[in-house]
Amino acid sequence: MEVLNTFFIAPVLDMADSPIFLLEVIIGGLMAGVMYSLVALGFVLIYKASGVFNYAQGAMVLFAALTLVGLLDNHVPLILAIILTMIVMVGVAFLIERYMLRHLVNQAQIILFMATIGLNFVFEGAGQIAWGSNVKKLDVGIPENSFEVGGVLINSFDLFAAVTAAVLVGVLAIFFQKTSVGRALRAVADDHQAALSVGIPLKTIWIIVWSVSGFVALVAGIMWGGKAGVQFSLVLIALKALPVLILGGFESVPGAIIGGLLIGVFEKVSEVYWGPAFGGAIEGWFAYMAALVFLMFRPQGLFGEKIIERV
Amino acid sequence: MSQERRIGDVILKVDNVSLAFGGVKALTNITFDVCEGEVRSIIGPNGAGKSSMLNCINGFYKPTEGIITFKGESHSQMETHQAASQGIARTFQNIALFKGMTTLDNVMTGRNLKMRKNFLWQSLYYGPAMREELEHREAAERVIDFLEIESIRKTVVGRLPYGLQKRVELARALAAEPDMLLLDEPMAGMNYEEKEDMCRYILDVNDEFGTTIVLIEHDMSVVMDISDRVVVLDYGQKIADGDPDEVRANQRVIDAYLGVQHD
Repeated sequence: MEVLNTFFIAPVLDMADSPIFLLEVIIGGLMAGVMYSLVALGFVLIYKASGVFNYAQGAMVLFAALTLVGLLDNHVPLILAIILTMIVMVGVAFLIERYMLRHLVNQAQIILFMATIGLNFVFEGAGQIAWGSNVKKLDVGIPENSFEVGGVLINSFDLFAAVTAAVLVGVLAIFFQKTSVGRALRAVADDHQAALSVGIPLKTIWIIVWSVSGFVALVAGIMWGGKAGVQFSLVLIALKALPVLILGGFESVPGAIIGGLLIGVFEKVSEVYWGPAFGGAIEGWFAYMAALVFLMFRPQGLFGEKIIERV
Repeated sequence: MSQERRIGDVILKVDNVSLAFGGVKALTNITFDVCEGEVRSIIGPNGAGKSSMLNCINGFYKPTEGIITFKGESHSQMETHQAASQGIARTFQNIALFKGMTTLDNVMTGRNLKMRKNFLWQSLYYGPAMREELEHREAAERVIDFLEIESIRKTVVGRLPYGLQKRVELARALAAEPDMLLLDEPMAGMNYEEKEDMCRYILDVNDEFGTTIVLIEHDMSVVMDISDRVVVLDYGQKIADGDPDEVRANQRVIDAYLGVQHD
């Protein structure tokens, strides 16, 4: 009876007690979710175009953020610094194609995955050699004050992040579904050999997709870095993207967004209302639990492409 | 076939090509040519090196020795997408379609090389790129009409039956408007009617667009019916080359297919 009360009745009563607070928790969750989505997006892009789970995505976020901060510290104007960082990320994409992917055409997925683990360490090391390992403050002039809408407190930084993510997703969705480059990307993801035979230049496609993914890493780096400071632990947010991907499906851009939002809300709501029942701090593992349970029912994710296998 | 077919000059010349994987010789000193507008078949028992030959022609494999000349340009090393941009399209023995995409999208990828605006324009999906996309869409629809697959335009190809997948693959190859079409066992695993249809499409393509066709096929009656000339490979070596009647009468070919009695 007591168990029933702590796990099922008390949390619901708490929610009903103060709807405004519940709404605030949910909005807080959504905002945090947007940040997860940003990281998950980078994964989805590379997965869609090469079938590779890019373990180094978190390190790319750190690397992009470090480069940007490093440039800003050297008194490069903001816009120029962003452009320069983007050029660096394109250069990196070029190097990855030249020295890693080119040699691994037609290899099994697990081999490419292993290669990205190596890449992860290269990014971590290179970023710190170039810019040092201190925690740095990143201020790109996004306002951080809060304001009230109908009694609910909203942080304008979070709002800015949400709008940015929404725009990014809109652009990427059109890019993938409507343009011929997007079609070529999907073709490469589906079958390397067939893509080559219709004359899709694999190398160019890979450079494009890693550049786009580098761009997403830069945006995520600006947002996360602005919120939490640019530091080594940015690499770990990549792990936060995992449950998001499982929920949303590895090859779906909208899935990454919805998945991120869901995980964000789950986390916050469970922490606030069920946290006490578990003795607190369930935010850290709850997302993974949710993803595991979800995996049992829908292995391809919410928006993943249906697994079609003719036998 | 009353219509006069124009068979022109040599379009593809395979000169002394050898291919080895480590110690295994897949092809040994193969020489033959293909003339513009003809239907040229490569036959031979299993493991004779037919697919390897095709893979050399479109650049998947790099021949260990020898030169392949296409439209007057010689090369021993060529990238696959270069072969495609020179006008070589192909289908595969074990269908290589983009299974998660619709028939229409698959055919549109065949138009990829014909798109002139660079990728930045195409990424924008606006103005000139949009107009170009529509142009190519029309060309793709023409191919779809030609192969009578209108009803499955919006179907994801992974769901289609085998015979139709083969036809979609042919459509994708045709969409590139190739000068030469390489078909790797286009009729394998098909029933009698599907084979007849496929033969008709191949001959129609050859007739209407003058596309040169290089064909690998196991079904002898099909090969003898539709080919102008036939190359026979066995254990990586060429054992016969000529028109169907000549090849049929060749003793080495009969031996290769039926086996020789050793004393």
